[in-house]
Amino acid sequence: MSVVVFLEHHEGELQKGSLGILAKAGQLGGEVAGVVLGSGVEELAAGAGRYGASTVYVADDAKLEAPLPQPRVDVLAQLVEEKGIETVLFAQSILSADLAAGLAARLDAGLNWQLVDIATQDGAVVGKQSALGDSVLVDVGWTSTPRLALFRAGIADPVETGGTATVEKLDVTFQEHSLAAEMLEQAHEESSGPSIEDADFIVAGGRGLGAPEGFGMIEELAKALGGAVAATRAVVDAGWYPYSAQVGQTGKNVSPVLYVACGISGAIQHKVGMQGSKVIVAINKDPNAPIFEFADLGIVGDVQTIVPKLTELVRARKG
Amino acid sequence: MKIAVCVKQVPDAAATKRIDPGTKRLDRSGEGSLNPVDANAVEEALRIRDASGEGEVVLVSLGPEKALDSLRKALAMGADRALLVSDPDAAGSDLVATSALLAKALEREGADLVLFGQQASDSDGAVLWAAVADRLRLPLISQAAELTVEGGAVTGKRQTEFGYDVIRAPLPAVVAVADSINEPRYPSLKGIMGAKKKQQDVLSLADLGIEPERAGTTGSRTEVLALSDPPPRGETRKLEDDGTGAEKIVEFLVEKRLV
Repeated sequence: MSVVVFLEHHEGELQKGSLGILAKAGQLGGEVAGVVLGSGVEELAAGAGRYGASTVYVADDAKLEAPLPQPRVDVLAQLVEEKGIETVLFAQSILSADLAAGLAARLDAGLNWQLVDIATQDGAVVGKQSALGDSVLVDVGWTSTPRLALFRAGIADPVETGGTATVEKLDVTFQEHSLAAEMLEQAHEESSGPSIEDADFIVAGGRGLGAPEGFGMIEELAKALGGAVAATRAVVDAGWYPYSAQVGQTGKNVSPVLYVACGISGAIQHKVGMQGSKVIVAINKDPNAPIFEFADLGIVGDVQTIVPKLTELVRARKG
Repeated sequence: MKIAVCVKQVPDAAATKRIDPGTKRLDRSGEGSLNPVDANAVEEALRIRDASGEGEVVLVSLGPEKALDSLRKALAMGADRALLVSDPDAAGSDLVATSALLAKALEREGADLVLFGQQASDSDGAVLWAAVADRLRLPLISQAAELTVEGGAVTGKRQTEFGYDVIRAPLPAVVAVADSINEPRYPSLKGIMGAKKKQQDVLSLADLGIEPERAGTTGSRTEVLALSDPPPRGETRKLEDDGTGAEKIVEFLVEKRLV
């Protein structure tokens, strides 16, 4: 079976999410290849060998500099057809979702999304899809090859294998419509402290904080735990906290060791972004908040009194 | 300027969604409503049409005939007419089949701009526009939170994982909008009354010149094999704060070796 993982990169680094999928792909048996598309990315691509890729296909072209999906559809379609690739895996991101869907149309290939796992069962590849707000787990299959799979972010951690990869350069030709959209401007927010995607500890705040100032105590607790601050979409939309901290359907997906949800109701849009957390602690004054249905420990109470006290106790404990 | 807006009827948010164990498809027998983000796409289309002072907003949808109820809501907001592709052979279409059907319908319309709402509330799908754009061989902008149409091009600003992007594409183009782009208007009474009289065409696969094998489950490349309950998260504990809430949390974190 030939499996290729689309490896996304940002500012010279391969993204943790797609490296995790590289590890996941290893479970299918057989060798796993990666593909890196961009401009000036050859060296970066070779680095995927350390995470389990035996071959890394690289297309290095100025037309691939901006992270736009359509020129990448052209390259992946050529790769799949020339090499007879049977399975292409993607980690969820804005770029990957558009790329995977464009490729599905181009190749008339089946795409399953929201996957949390993939395995070979009785010789067939089966994806596990979490559906209807995680109320049901669906086994999904593909009726032809190539198979395309888009995984939920954070479902697998990268595994360092210490190997090296053979780098194979791809020739690329682009279709006219693929180059029609143009990136005029890209701005990156400077975030202070650890990024929420990499943090082991996350303290998150929602509407229940009452006011933007409530994030002061959230930051204090995060600092005490050595973690990062996250926010719900509602408070980001209200301008209480920057978008870069937003967790959920339209924000980031995180899977820290500990997620402390403060004043967060736990609506499905938020849940999908943080349910991969190993341990979830919730503080909310509404006893009927959905967050209590999936928090390992839920405290029905006032965040304003509990959070500062918790910060104090954590500080004391850590000395 | 002609704008096509792709919209979808989804099970009403208030209803409990379930997958029919027999067909393994989402049970759509209950109350349906317009996919929430699609209202934002309709709103944006109306604003662009009205700012340019002329043009037409056409709704394009795929679904059972009762989806017309949801299309009428968008007509009541101010869209000019609706086109519904409805055919028993199209039921159960996956991304590959759905995008092929929609692309055919959109080709007939030849719109300058094709808009989508960023996410379907029933399938959690956020991918259709990219497949449709590829089939139509048109440029794509997704996740747009601001749009401007000017000088034969559309420019979209969007938030990404890292900050924001500004992307420009020449028309015709496909754009998926985020729900932060605008606040959809409520239909006026006059709009609701007038919606019924607006043109609503229902087309079959044959009308579109699509072979039945290209649609539905035979035209799909994915399948649902089995349904099961998600693995439990383990034990959940809910305690009333009696003044020792913070202590309880610390005890728990110590027990889990997290502090």
